[in-house]
Amino acid sequence: MSWFIRKDKGIQTPTELKREAPDGLWYQCPSCKQVMHTREHKLNAYTCVHCNYHEKIGSDAYFSILFDDNQFTELDEKMMSADPLSFTDTKKYPDRVRATIGKTGLRDAVRTAHGPMEETEITIACMDFNFIGGSMGSVVGEKIARAIDYAIANRTPFLMISRSGGARMMEAGFSLMQMAKTSAKLARLSEAGLPYISLLTDPTTGGVTASYAMLGDFNIAEPGALIGFAGPRVIRETIGKDLPKGFQSAEFVLEHGFLDFIVDRKDLKDKVACLLKLIK
Amino acid sequence: MRTYLDFEKPIADLEGRLDEMKRLAETNKVDVSEAVETLEKSIDRLRHELFRNLTRWQRVQLSRHPDRPYTLDYIERMCDQFIELHGDRTVRDDPAMVGGFAEIDGQTIMIIGQQKGRNTKQRQHRNFGMPNPEGYRKALRLMKMAEKFNKPIVTLIDTPGAFPGLEAEERGQGEAIARNLKEMFLLKVPVICIVIGEGASGGALGIAIGDRVLMLENTWYSVISPENCSTILWRSWNYKEQAAEAMKLTATDMTSFKLVDGIVDEPVGGAHYDHAEMANILKRTILDTLTELNALSPEERIDQRIDKFCAMGVVVE
Ligand SMILES: [Zn+2]
Repeated sequence: MSWFIRKDKGIQTPTELKREAPDGLWYQCPSCKQVMHTREHKLNAYTCVHCNYHEKIGSDAYFSILFDDNQFTELDEKMMSADPLSFTDTKKYPDRVRATIGKTGLRDAVRTAHGPMEETEITIACMDFNFIGGSMGSVVGEKIARAIDYAIANRTPFLMISRSGGARMMEAGFSLMQMAKTSAKLARLSEAGLPYISLLTDPTTGGVTASYAMLGDFNIAEPGALIGFAGPRVIRETIGKDLPKGFQSAEFVLEHGFLDFIVDRKDLKDKVACLLKLIK
Repeated sequence: MRTYLDFEKPIADLEGRLDEMKRLAETNKVDVSEAVETLEKSIDRLRHELFRNLTRWQRVQLSRHPDRPYTLDYIERMCDQFIELHGDRTVRDDPAMVGGFAEIDGQTIMIIGQQKGRNTKQRQHRNFGMPNPEGYRKALRLMKMAEKFNKPIVTLIDTPGAFPGLEAEERGQGEAIARNLKEMFLLKVPVICIVIGEGASGGALGIAIGDRVLMLENTWYSVISPENCSTILWRSWNYKEQAAEAMKLTATDMTSFKLVDGIVDEPVGGAHYDHAEMANILKRTILDTLTELNALSPEERIDQRIDKFCAMGVVVE
């Protein structure tokens, strides 16, 4: 039985590699304003060599950092958003999606893949914030669900890299239920006794925080990442006060007991691999 | 004093006339029973007409009607016994989330729901039905206890959202909701979830993973409120009616997309118009649904619960 309404749409746009990594020869750190060579910045896992600012990067960069020699097999590469609600705000949803695909070269806000990491097979799902604010719609939910299925079927650990503003409003109820779907699959992963590592990056908020991002056996985060359920603006409006400095930073969330540790991106691969070896 | 919504104004006018007529008849000792009967009939006709073609926004308004029955109102009318249980055993008791063991038609159930307040003081006490993390953790504690004693769970959903406050973030609002989603999938006992008012986002979903998820006729359930959707997508509060249309957030919509399992009828005029009848309908629905679910084994229920939610989503590939 097919769970999905599948529509064939023979669109075969060549994957244009114009993703989140800054191009050009020189990179200027937005935090300390110092300039460094792009290659140097990249070799430093896209963190500033001067102040350690973690540049926001996407799936391409994370895959190259984590998979051995950037070898991986992408899952459900062609999956794209449908428009189940025929949603129109100031723009038609399909137009918005098409424009974003053209601009980013991405199909949606998550990419999933499996491959070797320190010679052990791992399944990774990585969100792309550039795609409509990393918002979670049916594609995000479904790709993550199938990646978890893959991990269960092939008995690999699962690593989820979150970076999201929350729900894909243009998919309304469908978007909401992706929180449930991904949590259901994680319950199955847990039953299968397989490890789940959730890496929260800047920013991770809304429905993503209130579902898979907080459900790791290990919840880990990059330094300084904004992590929360409600966004800072909403909270400020609710309490009518300015928020304390550092509120909702990864360090704050660690202190309050919701993260296992904060990991420098340069150490990410080593530390995750080491952790997985320890529990093998 | 009855509260009327803007679109109920024609009813309000006629009911005003009816009251006036009755008052005059009383003071002047004249028999107006015939005229009263005629007027009552036309009010009834008007009510049927108005409620036959409600817009999505009007249903949102009805879901928030100040006279609408809340969780504790239903418990009082449906259950013969109710022992409320408090606290998450970690931080505090959250008055925005209530729950406890109850007896309904001779059966024990665990009943849990968000609770709104009826007047200013109560509304503040109940935090407008917006739970903090400890509310979700209390709910999970009670659900686990129901599982331990093999009692079915009924949740009533009525929230404008999980509370977006400073302490809520400190205490892990996201984690609390996420944990409930995951744990509710694995509950061995039957779980029935019913949206009785507002079903806003993760704050609603946090107690809404069930074998059956139902919505009362005049409720909404979606990822964001129409007002907030309007603010974000149209950059103005004024497009809430359009947002409600675009989001397709009513019981009819959500059922047609198979995002919920069914609709519970409300009395003509809405749940607020007849609390007793509404509670009767809801009680019958719960009992019938429990009979259906009791016929399945715990493993079947869990598998079906997981498969149902995993089928939600529409993609192109
Ligand atoms: Zn720097």
